[in-house]
Amino acid sequence: MGRIAIQGTGLSKWFGEGEAKTMALREVNLEAEFGEMVYIVGPSGSGKTTLLSVLSGILRPNSGRVAVEGTDIWGLGNDELADFRLKKIGFVFQDFHLFPRLNTAENVAIPLILRKRDWDASIAEAVRYLEIVGLEGRAALYPMKLSGGEQQRVAIARAIVGQPDILIMDEPTASLDGDTGHNILKFVHDNILGEKRCIVVVTHDERIYDFATRILKMEDGRLAGTERSAA
Amino acid sequence: MKGILKLAFKLLVNDKAKFSALIVGITFAVFLMMFITSMFFGVLNHASSTVINVGASIWVMDPAVQTVSNSVGMPDYVLDAVRSMRGVKYAVPLYTGGALVKLPDGSYQTVTVVGLDDVSLFGRPALVSGKIEDIYAENGFLVVDDAEIAKLEYPEMGSEFELNDHRVVVVGLAKVSTSGLYGTPTLYTTYTRAVQYLPNPRFTISYVLVEPKSAEDVPRIKQEVESLGYLALTKEEFMKRTADFFVYQTGGGTNMLIMTLVSFIVGLSISGQTFYTFILENLERFGALKAIGTKNRELVGMILFQVSFTAFIGYGFGVGLCTVLMWLARLRLPSYAAMETYINLVIAFAMVLIITAISSYAGVRRVLKIEPFDIFRG
Repeated sequence: MGRIAIQGTGLSKWFGEGEAKTMALREVNLEAEFGEMVYIVGPSGSGKTTLLSVLSGILRPNSGRVAVEGTDIWGLGNDELADFRLKKIGFVFQDFHLFPRLNTAENVAIPLILRKRDWDASIAEAVRYLEIVGLEGRAALYPMKLSGGEQQRVAIARAIVGQPDILIMDEPTASLDGDTGHNILKFVHDNILGEKRCIVVVTHDERIYDFATRILKMEDGRLAGTERSAA
Repeated sequence: MKGILKLAFKLLVNDKAKFSALIVGITFAVFLMMFITSMFFGVLNHASSTVINVGASIWVMDPAVQTVSNSVGMPDYVLDAVRSMRGVKYAVPLYTGGALVKLPDGSYQTVTVVGLDDVSLFGRPALVSGKIEDIYAENGFLVVDDAEIAKLEYPEMGSEFELNDHRVVVVGLAKVSTSGLYGTPTLYTTYTRAVQYLPNPRFTISYVLVEPKSAEDVPRIKQEVESLGYLALTKEEFMKRTADFFVYQTGGGTNMLIMTLVSFIVGLSISGQTFYTFILENLERFGALKAIGTKNRELVGMILFQVSFTAFIGYGFGVGLCTVLMWLARLRLPSYAAMETYINLVIAFAMVLIITAISSYAGVRRVLKIEPFDIFRG
C-alpha cells in the first residue's frame, strides 16, 4: 500500500434548501494514493464533478473532511487554501481555459508567476515543460493557432509546471477526438503520473479506462464501488 | 505582485480591439472635459484681464459693479476719502470705458480705453516700443500689441486715429499678460485725457486703485470704504466676483457643468461598458485563475491595475489632444479664450478616477462572485 495522497471522509454536499434541496454527495469516503491514477465515473448528475471540486479545495462540503497529504484542507483559511491549491494541486479543465491573449509559454507559466517567480525564469521553465509535453517550438504561438490536442497538452503543461503532487483532470478528453484523447491520457499515464504524484480524473470516456489504476463509480451522490482496477 | 501585474498588462493590451476602445473612450471623455473647462477658464481669465493687467491690490468700486468691464462712475470725493484712510499707502483713479475709433481707411473699430492716473501712471503696461513719458505728449496713446491689434490695421509709432473727433497719436506699443474677453483692441492714456476724449456721465472715476501699507490694513480699508457706501475688493476677490457673474448670472457655469457631465457620462458609458465586456469575456479565465490558486485580492489588484493603466493612458492622451487642438486654434486665433489650469487638469483627473472606480467596481464584483466550481461545471 502506497502513501495516501487524498483522503475524503464522510463527504456530503447539497445545494439549495427546503424542497429545492439537492443532495450532490452523500457520505462519500475515498482514498487515493501516490502513484495512482484514479478515475471517477458515472452518469451526469451523479456528483462526480462536485466530488472532484470538494477534493481539490474548490467547493466546501457541508460535512466531512478532506485531507491532502495529511492536511485538513477545509480547515485552512481562504488565502491559505488558495496557496495550498497553487502549490499542491494542478488543474486540467474540461475546456482547457487557456488565455487566448497570452502565448503558449505565458499560459503555461501562470502558476509560477502566481507563485511570484521571476517572469523570465517562469517563461523559461514553461518552455521546458512545453517540450516535456511534446510541444517544442510552440512557445510563441497563441492558443487559437493550436489544435485541440495541442491545447490540451498546454493545459497539462500548465497543470504540472509547478510540480504539484496532485493532478486534477476534469473530462480531459471531452473536447478531443478519440485518438487524440487516448494519446493524451497515455502520455499522462506514462510520463506525468510517476510514483510521487496522484492523478484524479473525472470522465465519461470509456476509451481511456485502460490507464486507470482504479475506477470509482458514482451514482446519485454515492460511491457505488470500484468498478475495475487496472494493474 | 509584479509578475501578476505584467500578466494583467498582457491580458489587457493584447486584446487590441478592446484596449483601443477603452483608450478612445477615456481619451474622448478627458478631451471633452478638458476642452469645455479650458474654454470656460479661458473666458473667466480674459474677463478679468484689466484686473490682472493693472495689478492693483485693492479695487474700490460702486457696489453695483459685477465685472470689471461694466464699471459705474464714482464721484471724486471717493478718491479723496480713500486717500485719507488709515493704512492706505496710496490711492489713484482709473478710468475704463469703450469707444469707437475711426481708422485711416474710414472704418470704425470699437476699442477699450484705459485712463491711468496722470501722476503715477499706476497700472501702466510694459512697453514694447516707445517711451512711457510720451503718453503726456499731445494726443498720446499707447496701443496694446496683442491679437487684437490687427483690428487697428497694425498701427506703428506715430500712427493716427480719430476718437470722438479727437486726434489719437500712437506713442508706444505695449504688451499685457492677458487680452480682453470681447476681442477689442486696448488703448492706454492718462486719466485726464481719457475723461476729456470720451463722453461721460457726471461721475468719471471707474475705480480707485489702492495700495495698502500692509496686509493687516486691508480689512479696515474695506470696512471704511463700505461705510462710504462703496465696495473695496482685493484683486483676487474682484476676479472671483467677475467669475461668479459669468458662472451664475450668464448660464455659462450651468452650461459648462452640463457639458462636463455629458462628457463624463459618455466616457463612463464607453469605458465602463467596454471594460465590463472585457471582464465578462474573461470571466471563466478569471475563475480558472481562482481555481489554480489566485487570491481574491490579487484578482482585484489585476483589475484595478488594468483599469488604472487604461485610465491614465487615456488621461494623458486626452490632455495632450486638448493641448494640441488649443495650440492649433491659437495659430489661427491668437486671443483664443481657452486656458488649461491646474484646476481643470484636476477636475478631469477626478472624473477619470470616478470612471475608473465605477468601471473597476462592476468588474471586481463579477470576478469576486465567480466560483471556481462554476468552471468545473462548465
